[in-house]
Amino acid sequence: MARPRLRISDRVGDRLLLSATGLASAIAVLLLVLIAWQVFKGSGTAFHKFGFGFLTGTTWKPNFNQYGAGTLLFGTFVTGVFALFLAAPIGIAIGLYLSLMAPPRVRAIIGPVVEMLAAIPSVIIGFWGILVLAPFLVKHAEPQLHSTVGFIPLFGLPQTNGASMFAAGLILTIMVIPIVASISRDLFDTVPRELQEGASALGATRWEMIRGVMLPTTASGLAATSFLGLGRALGEAIAVTQVIGAGTKINTSLYETGDTLASRLANQFQNATDQLQTSSLFYLGALLLIIGLGSNLLAQWIGRRFAVQKAHA
Amino acid sequence: MTTMTSDLAHGEGLPPELDPARPLVASGNLRRRHVVSTFFSSLAVLATAFAVAVMVIVLWTVVSRGGSVISWDFLTKAPPLFGCAGGGIGRAIAGTGLIVAIATAIAMPLGILIALYTSEFASPRARSFIRLVLDLLNGLPSIVIGIFAFGLLVAGHHQSAFAGSFALSIIMLPLIARASQESLAQVPNGLREAANALGVGRRQSVLGVILPSAMSGILTGTILAVARAAGETAPLLIVSSIYKGSYSFDFFGSAIPNIPVEIFRLSESADPAGYERAWGAALVLVIFILATSVLGRMLFARSKAKASR
Repeated sequence: MARPRLRISDRVGDRLLLSATGLASAIAVLLLVLIAWQVFKGSGTAFHKFGFGFLTGTTWKPNFNQYGAGTLLFGTFVTGVFALFLAAPIGIAIGLYLSLMAPPRVRAIIGPVVEMLAAIPSVIIGFWGILVLAPFLVKHAEPQLHSTVGFIPLFGLPQTNGASMFAAGLILTIMVIPIVASISRDLFDTVPRELQEGASALGATRWEMIRGVMLPTTASGLAATSFLGLGRALGEAIAVTQVIGAGTKINTSLYETGDTLASRLANQFQNATDQLQTSSLFYLGALLLIIGLGSNLLAQWIGRRFAVQKAHA
Repeated sequence: MTTMTSDLAHGEGLPPELDPARPLVASGNLRRRHVVSTFFSSLAVLATAFAVAVMVIVLWTVVSRGGSVISWDFLTKAPPLFGCAGGGIGRAIAGTGLIVAIATAIAMPLGILIALYTSEFASPRARSFIRLVLDLLNGLPSIVIGIFAFGLLVAGHHQSAFAGSFALSIIMLPLIARASQESLAQVPNGLREAANALGVGRRQSVLGVILPSAMSGILTGTILAVARAAGETAPLLIVSSIYKGSYSFDFFGSAIPNIPVEIFRLSESADPAGYERAWGAALVLVIFILATSVLGRMLFARSKAKASR
């Protein structure tokens, strides 16, 4: 039996549509490759000169052609982990509240409000951070913390200015919370109702239900979310640059200034004077690219394992 | 349990616990469990209250400090000459509008085409691969996209507004594509089958039936992407920030003023008069972004309501 044939114009149209959409998808893939290539190419000069010693070198002196990312890696790590340790529990708690406890009308208002916190541009949060948050921290929060838990070297003597890794970590916390909150709320919404009701029917209190049912079923999803949030925090440039104070030393106290990879990049790129400095800044960009791709892939991998586990269950 | 046995031990006859009129109150272990549960529940409420409070404080600061600066002159005039008072951010507003509009014009068609490919044509493997690529693009720090645009378009030439639009379009692309994918996935399969049953080609069924019914979701995604791009500072700082004196709107040849970079520059300078203008600019940006986000959400809610009807 002969298949009904499309008119020739239709067949050409189908082909055109298929190739246009395919081409667009190829462009997206190409874009990612091109970004990586361009960033690595840009960092070539610095890589030839410093090699992997760049990662541990702690001097960054444009006048002496000395560049190293050690201090910046330290600052990036400290502020990112600090933000994650605060933002992950708070964000997950918000997700639990919105998914389990909030009445529908409250949920309909607070959910979008929390998500809109993520929509506020980082430059505005950073500006607020340096003019409102940092002075408050120096005057009230930091002395308080210093006098109570000052024996931990992290909480040293407050500095005068307010620009500090502590402020940067808090600003990043504020930026990561809405991400963790909205994804974890969606995760909790996927936990089957029968499981929740079964736990309640067995006499579990709400907390026991959360600990025994909600958290275990979503654990890997929550871990993936946290890595996504961490990736966001590690790559944030503008807000951090505004509040961290562009320090050049590794300090144990969070109240001292510091700097991160992204922040140094935002701070110096426009004013880079020679090729080596630009190239070193590109090197920082390459490190950020690896961190960004890495945290994302890790989150994807954990998320996929989660999906597989669910399929088996 | 323990209370009951102890009561039975020293009580003659029926213990008072068995009084049927007595209200049920948790005691002993159960009470402790309730206390623990209430404690953790209130922590969750506290966390939510904290996030909402931060949102309110940030917004209130921006509104109260920026509100007094905003006037018709501020919104329309050029920045003040060096050392003079007054002046506004008119050019920066126009610049941001132009840069974001061009970025949208690049990213939106591309994003829709990608979504059409993954949802209508691609094999499952190609689909998950492209989805991964989009997620990775979305996860790149925006400053990395900035130096990419710099290396590609600016190095060896000079800064240009087009490079800014290009960088922003890379940030918008995965957002639009993912939103469009989700919207296309909502289109009922019955529609596709009905179109096929009529014997029309793929092009007609995709462009005539499937795409139009997914359009409101795609628009929502685009609007949210515009809201995100409008406040993006890092890429513009790198490719469209040196615009002192050059106020021509030469889109391909020079940087043009824009709100995020303006706020950043004013916030980094030590001049308190600059701070005021920065708060004003921040208020303009926040109003635009919140308005577009709310618009996008409303559109989304309406299309969802329509779909479920």
